[in-house]
Amino acid sequence: MEKISQKTIHKYLRHNKHFPHVWCPGCSNGIVLGATIRAVAELGLKKDDVAMVSGIGCSSRMPVYVDLNTLHSVHGRAIAYATGIKMVKPKMNVCIVTGDGDATAIGGNHLIHAARRNIDLTVILINNNIYGMTGGQFSPTTPTGDIATTTPYGNIDPVFDICELAMGAGATFVARTSAYHAIEMKSFIKQAFVHDGFSLVEIISACPVIYGRLNRKGDAPEMMRNMKENVITASAYEKLAPENRENKVIRGILRNVDKPEYTKQYAKLVESLKPKAEDSNGN
Amino acid sequence: MSEIPEKVIKNRDGQIIKENENVKLKMEVEKDEVKSVGDYNSSPVYIYHDWCVRCGICVAFCPTGVLSRKSDGSPFVEFPEKCIHCETCDRLCPNFAITGAKK
Repeated sequence: MEKISQKTIHKYLRHNKHFPHVWCPGCSNGIVLGATIRAVAELGLKKDDVAMVSGIGCSSRMPVYVDLNTLHSVHGRAIAYATGIKMVKPKMNVCIVTGDGDATAIGGNHLIHAARRNIDLTVILINNNIYGMTGGQFSPTTPTGDIATTTPYGNIDPVFDICELAMGAGATFVARTSAYHAIEMKSFIKQAFVHDGFSLVEIISACPVIYGRLNRKGDAPEMMRNMKENVITASAYEKLAPENRENKVIRGILRNVDKPEYTKQYAKLVESLKPKAEDSNGN
Repeated sequence: MSEIPEKVIKNRDGQIIKENENVKLKMEVEKDEVKSVGDYNSSPVYIYHDWCVRCGICVAFCPTGVLSRKSDGSPFVEFPEKCIHCETCDRLCPNFAITGAKK
């Protein structure tokens, strides 16, 4: 297989847009963008066969920079727009780039119902634990006790487990990784593209400028090092003593099953309702 | 290569080291075609300083310690002979500003 070099990545970028991009120094969104481009390039998909949809947020600015079919839609509704694209063009690979607030708070209903339908969409969910773009409000994934601009004395809300939510709603491919594990991220995104059904890849990412600064988590390399230590495989998690399991997150493919896919079921239904040839002859 | 100007700079420990200025990434994009990314003869790692935002990730995660930071935080190639072309900097750079790939 041909190695994907930086040269290939530059082929997929829109050089007429303003570079370097708007994301803060050390933000993981750029790493996810690189991994997504590598996944698309390694799968050999044409630029015209991939659509990237996003809502509003830091991560949702990604489609601006990448030279695919892109749609920058309204806050939280990216999955609704993507469902429309998939129903009109069932052969297109539709991926959604979304953040934790965009997908689980404002667009929570769209996420669970797309998972329930098992429509063939790929959701790349970048979880940075905060609403970064709007100034650092707490999101459903901000850890309990952490500080955000709207929770200056600590957050008292329990945390959403996004992968559990998606699995409970019926998603057929669910994986979790971190921005530090870039090779694994690329491989999961590739598998999610290939998977026939609703697939969600949660990427634990670093927000060193807003979340990291408010909670004194250190600079970008420090946050990446924390990810390396705390985002571990299921087997490593099993080996840990129960008192050391706090703050650890399991990475890996959490579910990969086959279920009937929505657009195919829809096409079957349409086919079954068409008048048959002998019927039209008057039988 | 003798005509390339060298300037004296210090690393984090205060030692004086010299750095060639010829590690700039030259990129020509015409229509959809990327013609060349970098000068592949001078150094194993190419840093595109126009896109670099000095986050420090490449320096922190280089497994063999090829890179080092200047006083303003921007990375430079300190030990080019140590590079093993693992492409870790390439994959972890959020700004596509560095590549350690072979020719």
